[in-house]
Amino acid sequence: MSLLQVRNISKTFGGVQALRGVNFSLDEGQLLALIGPNGAGKSTCFNVLNGQLRPDSGNIILAGRELVGLNARQIWQHGVGRTFQVAAVYGSMTVVENVQLALLSKGRGLLPVRRSTSHYFRSEALNLLEGVGMHIQADRPASILAYGDVKRLEIAMALANKPKLLLMDEPTAGMAPKERHELMQLTCNLVKQRGMSVLFTEHSMDVVFSYADRLIVLSGGTIIAAGDAQSIRNDPAVQEAYFGTGKTFEI
Amino acid sequence: MSLGIGDVLVQLLNGLSYSSFLFLVAAGLSVIFGVTRIINLAHGSFYMLGAYLAVSLTTLFPPTVIGFWGGIVCAALVIGLVGVLVETLVLRRIYEAPELVQLLATFGILLVIQNVTLKIWGTEELFAPRAPGLTGSLRLFGRSFPEYHLVLILMGPVVLGLLWLLSYRTRWGVLIRAATQDRDMVGALGVNDRVLFQVVFFLGTMLAAFAGALRIPVDTINLQMDLSVLTETFVVVVVGGMGSVLGAYLAALLIGLLHAFGIMIFPKITLVLMSLVMAVVLVFRPYGLLGKPEGAARKGILAIELPIKPGSLSFNVFWLGVLVVLLVAPMVVGSYLQTVLIEILILALYAASLHFVLGIGGLPSLGHAAYFGLGAYAVALATSLLGVPTLTSLTIAAFAAVVAAAIFGWFCIRLSGIYLAMLTLAFAQIMWSIALQWVDLTGGDNGILGLYRSPAFASITAYYYLVLSICFIAVLIMRHLVFAPFGYALRAARDSVLRTEALGIDVRLHRWIALIISGGFGGLAGGLQALQKGGAFPDGLSVSQSIDALVVILIGGVQTLVGPIVGAAAYFGVKTEIMRYLGDSWQLVLGLTIILLVVLFPQGIAGFVKQRAAR
Ligand SMILES: Nc1ncnc2c1ncn2[C@@H]1O[C@H](COP(=O)(O)OP(=O)(O)OP(=O)(O)O)[C@@H](O)[C@H]1O
Ligand SMILES: [Mg+2]
Repeated sequence: MSLLQVRNISKTFGGVQALRGVNFSLDEGQLLALIGPNGAGKSTCFNVLNGQLRPDSGNIILAGRELVGLNARQIWQHGVGRTFQVAAVYGSMTVVENVQLALLSKGRGLLPVRRSTSHYFRSEALNLLEGVGMHIQADRPASILAYGDVKRLEIAMALANKPKLLLMDEPTAGMAPKERHELMQLTCNLVKQRGMSVLFTEHSMDVVFSYADRLIVLSGGTIIAAGDAQSIRNDPAVQEAYFGTGKTFEI
Repeated sequence: MSLGIGDVLVQLLNGLSYSSFLFLVAAGLSVIFGVTRIINLAHGSFYMLGAYLAVSLTTLFPPTVIGFWGGIVCAALVIGLVGVLVETLVLRRIYEAPELVQLLATFGILLVIQNVTLKIWGTEELFAPRAPGLTGSLRLFGRSFPEYHLVLILMGPVVLGLLWLLSYRTRWGVLIRAATQDRDMVGALGVNDRVLFQVVFFLGTMLAAFAGALRIPVDTINLQMDLSVLTETFVVVVVGGMGSVLGAYLAALLIGLLHAFGIMIFPKITLVLMSLVMAVVLVFRPYGLLGKPEGAARKGILAIELPIKPGSLSFNVFWLGVLVVLLVAPMVVGSYLQTVLIEILILALYAASLHFVLGIGGLPSLGHAAYFGLGAYAVALATSLLGVPTLTSLTIAAFAAVVAAAIFGWFCIRLSGIYLAMLTLAFAQIMWSIALQWVDLTGGDNGILGLYRSPAFASITAYYYLVLSICFIAVLIMRHLVFAPFGYALRAARDSVLRTEALGIDVRLHRWIALIISGGFGGLAGGLQALQKGGAFPDGLSVSQSIDALVVILIGGVQTLVGPIVGAAAYFGVKTEIMRYLGDSWQLVLGLTIILLVVLFPQGIAGFVKQRAAR
């Protein structure tokens, strides 16, 4: 059954048409990769999905609910978590405080004022951190983490809301190959444990082909191909979009 | 009063003439902001310098058409060069510094220029010769209109046209436009940005000085010109959209005409009208008529951020000791020192309330005096008109400030960074101008005098304990909020708005409440001050009052919760000593001290210590 349906989404910035009529769907429990060359519109697509940007037209249906027109907070309440292309965590807090804050969020209203933050959800936060292997570093300032660890912390924060759908914008960018596979293995495990779905963008084809259940290819703001790894690899339109002609994915 | 067509026509022309003048000053500020991203508080100072120098030169030169206009143009050019000098000596060193630090530096420059002007030209108001050949008046439907104003009217469109030619027809213009849109592009174009910044500063300050020089036949020249021109300039730039010259022109037209006709219809409340227009524009276009949303923040308010944690044992023992000392102080020290301590405590509360939104919330409010001054006036009015007792009047002060903060804050939360700073400054300046203009209520320049405290707090010692307890409790409340999830949400939004919204936390709501809390405590501080001084004065709403809080925080260090307290003691001590020994040179010394501090210790004293300790 499909969890997410994206129908005919378009978005323009001034003169740049970043998305033109994007259509795709994502099944429950699926790990879907959104790939495409630089500037294809992947991040824009994510920003539209999590309500950070409002599309010019189109619909986004998540588990039967329309998301277009909702803001980022409301979409978060409907069970969409995300990580950013440039990882965004709170540098002025410790690792565990980052996750505690994520657990404290209720989508509306003010956060508590009665007691100090250390009293709220510390053990739950440590559990989440353990899930991504970050519990040992719980009390370090987030500003001094290694980049791979920042990415894992971001995932723990996104999981705090038990999302149905996790959006990951280039989760492994800037990582060493070994770290990449660890992170993606972790993601796969989380998908299985939690029964959630993941949409991720990625430039590393190695990662995409090893972990994605299905791929969609975005180029110039439109989906030019969709299917499993094998069919995408051999699709001439995709090869054209990525490499011009002549090269293939087998590097 | 019946209005003839002549009256309307003359007011229209007055409005146009005023618009042109506003536009010249605002265009200069806008050009400088557009390229350097510096809010130049000293912009009004260059305007004032232009006027003073023009008076001297036109008096010195022969009283001919050439002599007069030569004097005006020379004044503008010379002050333009002074602008370049200031840029080269001071601002160039701090382009990479946090925005508030830059702002503080420009305030230091403002102080220095104030004092230098006073030293050169004295405190007397100056009158300039009238423009030869333009001393007559036109008759319009039975009303007269000075010919000189026609020149002023023309000057706006002429300068707009020249700026347009400059930006679209010259290499420097293209570079300035490119740099306004994207600062990094300048480097990519292979331009020496040092020279570019000098050119921009020359252009901007020259425009301000030219505007000042043009006004000399129609205005008196005095030492208040620098700050009084800032209000309207800031409103024009905010309404027009920062960095947009055409926007500044449209806004100047709007504000100028509104001013002219507003005076006819509601002579007392032109500024209220002006602020309403600003509010309406900002509701629909938060970045002004032709402004563009600010790109990703170039840098934070601070250079580094460390997690906050409750103080260590020795830290707490130290502050407990301070509290004990403060509690027993009246038994040891006389009334003079008690007064000093009261002033320091009030300053600490005032600065701590700003720190709550600025340091914790990351909202660079430049107009915190709005709440301080409002609190002072609220206490003064409640006491003198209603005769309420001291504690009630303080409650009214806090409440008035809360209401104002709720209204101003509602506009502010849509903006961030430098735009927010600008808007808060504009709000505070409007309040200041209202206090000056609404003489019947506020006593204008003289303020409201003769306040008495209730008998229970009449003695200085009793009042000292009242101030100490209020400040202590208020600071504890804010500290508590900072450690509560509410405060974490504020810091989260400061670190990353996108992340925080994506986590389901309502950034605007938290910021709005923070602004309200901060405004309330700021108003309380103002109220305490009024009761201490026995009066409320327009100074309490002035730019320098806002800047005081900023200086205190930056001296103490933005990242420490005790920074405002440390800073208040240090700043108060320095300022009173300077004033005591230096007489009217205090501005010069304070200005230079600020500039030096800013260049040497961008992290503040407590921040410096904390950073050293963290190593
Ligand atoms: N806020 C914005 N304003 C204007 N143009 C934008 C904005 N965001 C994205 N664009 C433009 O939209 C297009 C798509 O950008 P997007 O960031 O979505 O690409 P991407 O596929 O994520 O690229 P990358 O692989 O480099 O991350 C680009 O041409 C980009 O310049
Ligand atoms: Mg991207």
